[in-house]
Amino acid sequence: MRLTPVDVVLLGLHGLRTRKARAALSALGIAIGIATMVVVTGVPASSARDLDARLATLGTNLLRVHPVTVGDQPQPLPAESIGMVRRIGPVEHVSAVANLHTVARRSDRVDEHDASGLTVLAGRTDLLAAVGARLSSGRFLSDATARFPVAVLGWEAASRLGVATVRPGEPLPQITIGNRRFVVAGVLAPVPLVPDLDTSVVVGWDVAERSLGFDGHPTVLYVRAAEANLEDVRAVLPATVNPRLPGMVDVSRPSDALAAKRATATTFGSLVLGLAGVAVLVGAVGVANTMVVSVLERRREVGLRRALGARRGHIRLQFLAESTALSLLGGIAGTALGAGAVVAYAMWHSWPVAIPSWVAAAGLGGATLVGMIAGVYPAVRAARLPPTEALASP
Amino acid sequence: MSEVLALERVTRQYPGGVTALDDVSLVVTRGELLGIVGPSGSGKSTLLNIMGTLDLPSRGIVRIGGEDVTRLSDRRLSDLRGARLGFVFQQFHLTEGSTAVENVATGLLYAGVARRRRRRLAEQALERVGLGHRLRHLPHQLSGGEKQRVAIARAVVNEPDVILADEPTGALDTATGDSVLDLLTELHADGATIAVITHDTDVAARLPRRVTVRDGRIVSDRSAENEERSAGGTRCG
Repeated sequence: MRLTPVDVVLLGLHGLRTRKARAALSALGIAIGIATMVVVTGVPASSARDLDARLATLGTNLLRVHPVTVGDQPQPLPAESIGMVRRIGPVEHVSAVANLHTVARRSDRVDEHDASGLTVLAGRTDLLAAVGARLSSGRFLSDATARFPVAVLGWEAASRLGVATVRPGEPLPQITIGNRRFVVAGVLAPVPLVPDLDTSVVVGWDVAERSLGFDGHPTVLYVRAAEANLEDVRAVLPATVNPRLPGMVDVSRPSDALAAKRATATTFGSLVLGLAGVAVLVGAVGVANTMVVSVLERRREVGLRRALGARRGHIRLQFLAESTALSLLGGIAGTALGAGAVVAYAMWHSWPVAIPSWVAAAGLGGATLVGMIAGVYPAVRAARLPPTEALASP
Repeated sequence: MSEVLALERVTRQYPGGVTALDDVSLVVTRGELLGIVGPSGSGKSTLLNIMGTLDLPSRGIVRIGGEDVTRLSDRRLSDLRGARLGFVFQQFHLTEGSTAVENVATGLLYAGVARRRRRRLAEQALERVGLGHRLRHLPHQLSGGEKQRVAIARAVVNEPDVILADEPTGALDTATGDSVLDLLTELHADGATIAVITHDTDVAARLPRRVTVRDGRIVSDRSAENEERSAGGTRCG
C-alpha cells in the first residue's frame, strides 16, 4: 500500500505537533543559519543596488584628467588644455580645478599652521554640471561672482569651517583664504564621484589669478563625454591636453572606484556566506540529534504502527517526513527572519531592498535537503526496529 | 468450521538457547472466542507475537487465511497485518495528541483506505464500542476503560479475520475489565474471531475456549462444553 502525499505530510507534522517546544528549538538552529545566509547576501545586494542606482544617476561617463606627479612636483597642465579638450567631438562638458596651495581658515585669528586640512581650489563656473554635484544651500560661482572674493565650500569643508548653511537674506558667513577675507556663497552636497571636493574650498578662477597668485594652469580636468565614445575620448585625452608630453598625463574614471567598492562587498559576502553554511550544517546536526532522540522515545509507536500494517518503508518515510518538515519550518522561519533583518538594515541606510530570489530558493531548498539527509539515519534505525522489541519498550 | 489461523508444530528459540515455544500446534476457527492462559514466562506472549506475525517461528508453519506466512517478505507480512489482523494491547498504545477518531483511523492508514473514508469508518467503529460521544477526545481526557475501547475500535475498524488481545484487562480495575470483556463478547456475538491472551484465570473462565500454556507448551485446550480437544502437548508442569 502506498501512502498519499497528504498522509505523509500529516505523519511528518504529527510528531512535531505533539512536541512543540523541542521542534521549535531544533528548527531554530536551521533558522539561524538560513537567516544568516539571507542577511549576508541580502545586505550586500541591497548595497550594490544602491550603488547601481547612484551610478545610474551620477553617470559613469566622467573622466578625470590629472598630471603625473614626478618626485614632489606635479607637472602642470597647459592653461589652454581646457579649450582643446572642448573641441573633441563627443565631449559634452569640460571643467577644471586648480590647487592654489594656500590655506583656508575660519578667520585670520586662527594660526596659519593650524589649518583645517582643507584644499583651496580655483574652480571654473561650470564645475557642477561636469562632476554632477549639487548645492546643499546658497549658490555656486557665476561669471559675476568669480571675479570677487567669494567661495563655495565642500560638504566636509563647511563643517570644519563652522558654516552650517547659507541662508538667503542673512549676512553671508566669512572665512579667510591666504590672508584675504572671502564670503561664502554656497555649500555643496557630498559629491560621490569626486569625494576630494567634499574637503575643498572653491574660489573663482579670476579672483585666484588676481589675488592668490594663481598661474592659470589647471590641476585636474573633469570631462564628460558620450558614453559610447568614452574609450575613444579617453585614448586621445593625454595628447590633446599636453601635446608635448602626453606621457605626463593620467586619465581615470571615478565611477570605477564605486564599482570596485561594490566588488569588494560581494567578495566579503561570499566569505560570510560560507560561515552561514557552517551554521546551517550545525543546525542540521541539531535536527539529526532531535530525530535520534525522537526515535528512541517513540519505539512503542513504531511497534504499534508495524502491528497496524506499516511496512519498514512507511516508518522510514514517516521519520524522514518529520525531519524534513522540521528543517523546512526552520528554513521558512529563517528566510522570513533574514528578510526582515535585510529590510530593516536597508531602510536604516535608505537603500533599496534587494534579496536575491536564488538565495531564498537556495535557503528553503537547502533546508529541505539538509532535513532529509539529517533524517536518514534516525529513519533507518526506526524502520529496523523489530516490531516485538519496539512494542515491549518501556 | 473454517480455519482462520493455524500453528503447526511451531518452535521459537531465542539466541542463547532459550526455547519460548516448543512444538506448539493450534487452530483458530472462524467466529471463535478463545483465551490463551498461562502464568508469566509461560510463552503466551511469544505465542501471540507469532500468531500476529510480529515474530516468526524458528521452526514450524503459521497459516493465516490458509497462507503460510513464514515464507513471506517483511513487506507482505506488514500488508497482511494491516488487512487481516487486529491488535489490542494491555497498555492501549494510543497516540497522545491525537483524537479518538484519529487514533482509530490509524488502523486503516496502511491498508490504503482514503482519508475521508478512514474517518467515517473510525467514527462507526467508535460508535460500535459505545464511544460515539467521545470522538474528538484526546487520550488523556479518557478513562482507562474508554482508552481500551478506543484501542478495540482501532483493532476492529479494518474488519480483521482475527483480533489478538494481549492482556486487554491487565491495566484496568475489575469492573472496567469486565465491561471490556463484555464488549469483546459482544463483538464475538456479532461474528468476530478473537484470541485473548491473559494470565488471569477469572478472565479466562468467561471465555468459551481456553488454551493453557506452560513452559512453552500447550497443556490443555478446553471449550465451554468441557470437551478436551486434541492438544499439541499434554505434559503438565
